[in-house]
Amino acid sequence: MNGDREAMLARVTEALRVPAPRHHEKPSKAATHTVTAPFREWLPPVGASMAEQIALFAERSESLRTEFIQCQTIEAAAQHLAGLAGENGWKRIALHAGRLADAVVAGLSSGIELLRIDNGYDKDALEACDAGLTECESLVAQTGSVCVTARSSGGRALSVLPPHHVVIASRDQLVTDLSAAYERLAAKYAANYPSFISFITGPSRTGDIERILVLGAHGPKKLTVLLVPGVA
Amino acid sequence: MISAPEPSTQFHTDADRTTADDPRRAAVRKALGNYRSARGKTESAFISWQDAREAAAAIKYEGVNRLDVYLREFEEKFTARGGKVFWASNSAQAREYILGLARERGVKSIVKSKAMTSEEIHLNEALEKEGYAVVESDLGEFIQQLMHEPPYHFVFPCMHLKREEISALFERELGSAKTDSPEELTMIARRFMRRHYIDADMGISGANFIIAETGMISITENEGNARLTTALPKIHVALVGIEKMVPKLADLALLLPMLATAGTGQHLTCYNSMYGGPRQPGELDGPEEFHVVLLDNHRTRLLADPEQRDALHCIRCGACLNVCPIFKNIGGHAYGTTYQGPIGSVITPHFRGLQDWKHLSGASSLCGACTEACPVKIDIHHHLLHNRRNAVQEKKVWWERLIWFGYVELMKRPWAFKIAMRLAPLGQKMHALVLGTPLDPVAAWTKTRDFPEAAPRSFHDYWQERKAARK
Repeated sequence: MNGDREAMLARVTEALRVPAPRHHEKPSKAATHTVTAPFREWLPPVGASMAEQIALFAERSESLRTEFIQCQTIEAAAQHLAGLAGENGWKRIALHAGRLADAVVAGLSSGIELLRIDNGYDKDALEACDAGLTECESLVAQTGSVCVTARSSGGRALSVLPPHHVVIASRDQLVTDLSAAYERLAAKYAANYPSFISFITGPSRTGDIERILVLGAHGPKKLTVLLVPGVA
Repeated sequence: MISAPEPSTQFHTDADRTTADDPRRAAVRKALGNYRSARGKTESAFISWQDAREAAAAIKYEGVNRLDVYLREFEEKFTARGGKVFWASNSAQAREYILGLARERGVKSIVKSKAMTSEEIHLNEALEKEGYAVVESDLGEFIQQLMHEPPYHFVFPCMHLKREEISALFERELGSAKTDSPEELTMIARRFMRRHYIDADMGISGANFIIAETGMISITENEGNARLTTALPKIHVALVGIEKMVPKLADLALLLPMLATAGTGQHLTCYNSMYGGPRQPGELDGPEEFHVVLLDNHRTRLLADPEQRDALHCIRCGACLNVCPIFKNIGGHAYGTTYQGPIGSVITPHFRGLQDWKHLSGASSLCGACTEACPVKIDIHHHLLHNRRNAVQEKKVWWERLIWFGYVELMKRPWAFKIAMRLAPLGQKMHALVLGTPLDPVAAWTKTRDFPEAAPRSFHDYWQERKAARK
């Protein structure tokens, strides 16, 4: 059963018989909708060098209230995570398997329970975790976003259900803008995209009450991004 | 049974009430106070916002003007990934499909993330009537649901409420303690909602974009409620207007930042998520079933009007409401529509009948702030004029025609005009007798304005006398 398919398509085709005038002009830097690269010429500028891009990601993170930590080594990142766990009194951390994720939990004290969700999870158990640790597809300098997908980041719920989301990423995952992030996804997955792709830009927020910003509406109240040098 | 008032009567009554309600207007002004500066700052970070608008308009033009091609492409791609597409010509078909699904699958509880389409088809009422518990998870929508009121603004549903009112509402409905902290109020809703995400067996969402190329929908949100709604329940239903179409996934690299900038002044909204099918092989969670209900509900009527077809380019950022002097004064409920403000005034007459909703075309100062604020360059204020013209052409008003006929006849004859000028001061004196009474024929005008007093002598007479004196 697919409803009124034929009737609807017939109405659409009939409606489109007379072409609509275009109210828009060609953007000054000639482009058509099929070319994404020129978006860069209009969107906010991103520096060309890695240092500039990291600086921009850091600047955006600060205004978004994302905790962005650059670590010299994966051990340093592990130490920072252990520090977070201690400070916040974490008892349970949920995570998925991954080279970076596995390495960064290595330094945690044995008192902290690790909930590995690779083979599924109990919703209540995941909800009861103090933090969710994930890897990502890319970090977007222009917007300070973390791109996660169902396949790279432990499914859909791990990065949104626990109250603190920790991302472990490497420098080679930093891209300039959303166009670059989409290019990476296309190159990696081609026609077989994960069923879920999300750009996470800061901790969950709302302004619904008097337009006053409150963090942690339904998703994580805190977002930490740990950046390590890269594939060694 | 009391029948509902005519839309135009309801509009005028509610508009008058809000206009006279200074505290409510102050709350609305305060809520929108930061919008201009926040948006201005983000917009100015663009290398060229105007070029970006042209490009965004071009993307939506392509999506809407080849909608037949892209709808088929979406269906093919989405179905190949295990999704189900249902084509709904009208609200009844959409409601029936979702209700049927809930019955067949033995659904008990439903969690919803913000979907204006569901307001449009009155989905909650239909589900509740059949005994399903439906919870709105977006904070603003949740508050409006508890208030038993429709959203005030399609992006900021409860922007008109003060924190004291929300605290009192939560005390009454949820038994929480009194507080004047927006943060504490948000946490009350957060705690309440958690259980619902976990227990719900159906999640209903809307969508901001349909992506033909990859067979996905995209949802933009700040709170994370849509992500939870689409992650935990075993069935996901997205109710989407067909006009949300964009051709390519990478088009979002432009549209997402523009939606955020125009909507709230953010560089990017907190969560922009793309959903292509239910849980895929090798994925560890996500719904078993994913249904997309493609909703027409008179959108094709607007599509058939080439002059106003670009009104379907709307990405529902709400910018035109935020800058509209009329919206700020009459508030969102006065419109009596699912989609408020300038864009709502343009599209509602197409969706729900031109003659019943033509009064909305007058809810404008024609200042053009809406058109200027629109990130996809919809010619909003001219479309209000088009609707006025179409309404008159479709159904001529005899007394208006009579007045125009008389005016033309008068203006064609200088002697008649002269007599009319002599009579004007007398006419004004007679008008003074009925001013403020129901007998006043121009009461709508004089209610808030003073008529300038007619000069005792016309300029023409003065000039003739002056010329004579000079000789």
